[in-house]
Amino acid sequence: MPIQSQFSPQAGISPKLSVRGIRKDYGATTVLQAIDLDVRSGELLTLLGPSGSGKTTLLQIICGLVEPTSGSLFIDGRDETSLPVNQRDIGVVFQNYALFPHLTVKENIAFPLQMRRLPVAEIDKRVAEVLDMVNLGHTADRLPKALSGGQQQRVALARCLVYRPSVILMDEPLGALDRKLRETMQIEIKRIHRETGATIIFVTHDQEEALALSDRICLMNDGVIAQVGTPQEIYEAPANRFSAEFIGLSNIFDGAIADGMLRSADGDIPAVAGMQAGDGLMVRPEHIALTEPAQGFMSGTVTETVYAGADTRLLVALESGKSIIVRQAAGIPIAPIGSSVGLNWQPSAIRIVR
Amino acid sequence: MAEWQSPSRRRFKLDPLWLAGPGVFYLVLLLIVPAAGLMFLSFRDSSGSLSFETYRQMFGAGIYVQVLINTFSIAMQTTIACLLVGYPLAYWLAKMPEKRRRLVMWLVLLPFWMSALLKNFAWMVLLSRRGVLSQILTGMGMGGPVDLLYGRGVVVFAMAHTMLPLAALTMLPTLLSIDLGLARAAKTLGASGGQAFWRIVFPLSMPGVAAAGLLVFISSLGFFITPALLGSPRETVIGQLLITQVQQLLNWQLAGAIAVMLLVVTLAVCLVYDRAFGISAVSGERSDRRSTGLFARIGTVVIASVARVTDILAGVLDIVPGLRRRGWLLDAFCVLVMVMLLVPVLIFLPMAFGSSSFLEFPPRGYSLRWFETYWNSSNWTGATMRSFGIAIVSALLASAMGGIAAFGVARSKSKIGNVAFLLFMLPMIIPNIVIAVALFYLFAQIGLIATDAGIALGHTLTALPVVFVIILTTFKNYDWRLDQAAATLGATRMGTVRKVTWPIVKGSVVAAFLFGFLHSFEELTIALFVGGGVRQTLPKQMWDDVLLQVSPTLAAASVIILAVVTIVFVAAEHARPR
Repeated sequence: MPIQSQFSPQAGISPKLSVRGIRKDYGATTVLQAIDLDVRSGELLTLLGPSGSGKTTLLQIICGLVEPTSGSLFIDGRDETSLPVNQRDIGVVFQNYALFPHLTVKENIAFPLQMRRLPVAEIDKRVAEVLDMVNLGHTADRLPKALSGGQQQRVALARCLVYRPSVILMDEPLGALDRKLRETMQIEIKRIHRETGATIIFVTHDQEEALALSDRICLMNDGVIAQVGTPQEIYEAPANRFSAEFIGLSNIFDGAIADGMLRSADGDIPAVAGMQAGDGLMVRPEHIALTEPAQGFMSGTVTETVYAGADTRLLVALESGKSIIVRQAAGIPIAPIGSSVGLNWQPSAIRIVR
Repeated sequence: MAEWQSPSRRRFKLDPLWLAGPGVFYLVLLLIVPAAGLMFLSFRDSSGSLSFETYRQMFGAGIYVQVLINTFSIAMQTTIACLLVGYPLAYWLAKMPEKRRRLVMWLVLLPFWMSALLKNFAWMVLLSRRGVLSQILTGMGMGGPVDLLYGRGVVVFAMAHTMLPLAALTMLPTLLSIDLGLARAAKTLGASGGQAFWRIVFPLSMPGVAAAGLLVFISSLGFFITPALLGSPRETVIGQLLITQVQQLLNWQLAGAIAVMLLVVTLAVCLVYDRAFGISAVSGERSDRRSTGLFARIGTVVIASVARVTDILAGVLDIVPGLRRRGWLLDAFCVLVMVMLLVPVLIFLPMAFGSSSFLEFPPRGYSLRWFETYWNSSNWTGATMRSFGIAIVSALLASAMGGIAAFGVARSKSKIGNVAFLLFMLPMIIPNIVIAVALFYLFAQIGLIATDAGIALGHTLTALPVVFVIILTTFKNYDWRLDQAAATLGATRMGTVRKVTWPIVKGSVVAAFLFGFLHSFEELTIALFVGGGVRQTLPKQMWDDVLLQVSPTLAAASVIILAVVTIVFVAAEHARPR
């Protein structure tokens, strides 16, 4: 079943930002290996990956704080690879917000406009507007340290929005906030993205955040792009083992392919068309149904149950000793630890992973 | 980082601040009481009744007024020079990668701990008619021997040279505490390099700049070594005046009046500083204050225009080939400053090993004859031994009193803790010469003048702040939850101290002791007054000889001081935990 992208770029419009063969070496270590990436105008693209995957380096190259070893960067079709950072039409929201501690909220937000030599009246008007947008009008004359973490985050956002850059980069901006606040801010960012129509590149290592926010996700690993696609595409059709394992929970079975079957150590699974030697088959925990023992594709013993409200995760040890995860929706009686179960799934739920 | 409250007990519990008691008692007895006595005396006439005669005399006589003007203008000029040269140096250090900074810091700290006497003696030799510079200038055909000594210019230059490490090291913590990400953030918001520096980094570094200015200015007020060695009679300052009035004329009223005036100015400067930044910013702590009103607005306007000027200048410089990347300019400047800091001190090495009968550079031949002269002179060896003894005793006393006081202040929850902190810092804030005169006044009444004990007691007093601050920092950074953890693991109170607390803080206590030792070993002012010309310490012996005649024996003595200071400094830095 082909998955339709939720995002439909306007036909005939070239990408807002193009990364062409950008590579970064620090001495002998390569942190980015010749990356190609197009960011469409008005989309919210997430750079997602574990720490050390090169996502922050890529972000710093895009905003001009780090110079790439080779490759070029195009913004609106212009080569801006070596344009100084202060001359790019880019806004950055930093991980620790980087609010100027000696300036008030208002002065912080006015700073980029002063740098652009806007008339004072215009500056006042725009600062007031953007303060309204992030609901911080009452804090205008306070110093950053008098604000809560969430408020500081919104000031950082406002300082970036106020000069209307056509691309906004966010480097793990919600990392320092607690879970509840993070979810509120995610909704806030989505709203502001919709209202301003800005192109946003958002860096995170939190896959749930990426799934919740993004139009598209660019999944990175070890300095290369593992997969680019909508959250749905990446979750439902992971292009490779890394994608499958990094996003969501997954169970992967390996084995030789013979007679249209994948012969795993714990049982045979019908192979999928197009499988090659070395490929594995993946099934998500929520697609596995528990059956009576000796029914279904394979069987095992429940070794652990983790209750999580809306669902319960079961750890099932298979005959070979391999553990797999099964997710049971709430309302179904939970199989007790030590009970023998069979595992079954719809053939359509199976994906090839390479 | 909330610490768990220990289970509350019904019985009365003493605040740990009482541990500061012995130190406080010492400070009151040896500093507050005699200083107050001296002040009191300045408002009496010879018959003992209240009078302002002394002050009328002081402000009436043209010579005294001239000395006051000299002192303040030299102190001001020195402060400005130190800030102008020290800021780029501190900025350069702050921007370095941590590893390299640690290495370069050694080259700043070493001249910081080198005695002022040594540094000024070096300039005396280098800039004299027969000095290196004069020889080079003559060699280049600039006319006969050039005398670069004895003038306002050289006094300010050498004083700024002496105080520069102090200025740079005071500014550094503030500059280091500024998040480098802020300048980067400013650039992403459209600021040029100049704008980012002037609007963000510079205002944030102001508390450090002001602290450095404060310390340099206060130290300069009572400073007499440079004007005495390198200045002409026209550069006479308060310090020299005090020495003559007290040592030769025993004019206590005038000495008291001068001390009062120095104190008043010092306190006024400190108060202004406290209003603007909060006094705790001296120790690198960020204050929460934000200046508003007229001055802040003027400051903003000035900074905005300076930033514009830099932008224009940068635009002009961009046209010049080779100046497009200007980072190397700062490097070059700072390397030059470092060379200037170190060379005058290191130049003694070859000169002390020279064979001719006067100081020359480069020496024509090498010999150990001046070390032999030093070794065979009972004056020099006696002074050296005495300095060692006094330094060990005063460092021990200061470490004991300062150490337990630091523990008490760090653990105290009482508000009086801040008062105790200020009291312990007092010997650093009050000009040394005032302390020396006050001690002389006290000791003269109880027969401690011209005794080793008197000098040691005085050195203990001025070493206290050094030792106290080093140990206090350690206790403030100490994670007391470790002690709680040890207790939960079954350790007794003593066991915790022996196995956990002491091993962790030991290094800094040893370092504090060694820095206290260095402080005493190089101290001149108190030794000058309290020693009474009989009990000669090594710096005092040097001082007398320098005034009398510059001889190669002095260079040999300098090398010995240099060696001791370097060894103790390296040991102290090694002991200090990172």
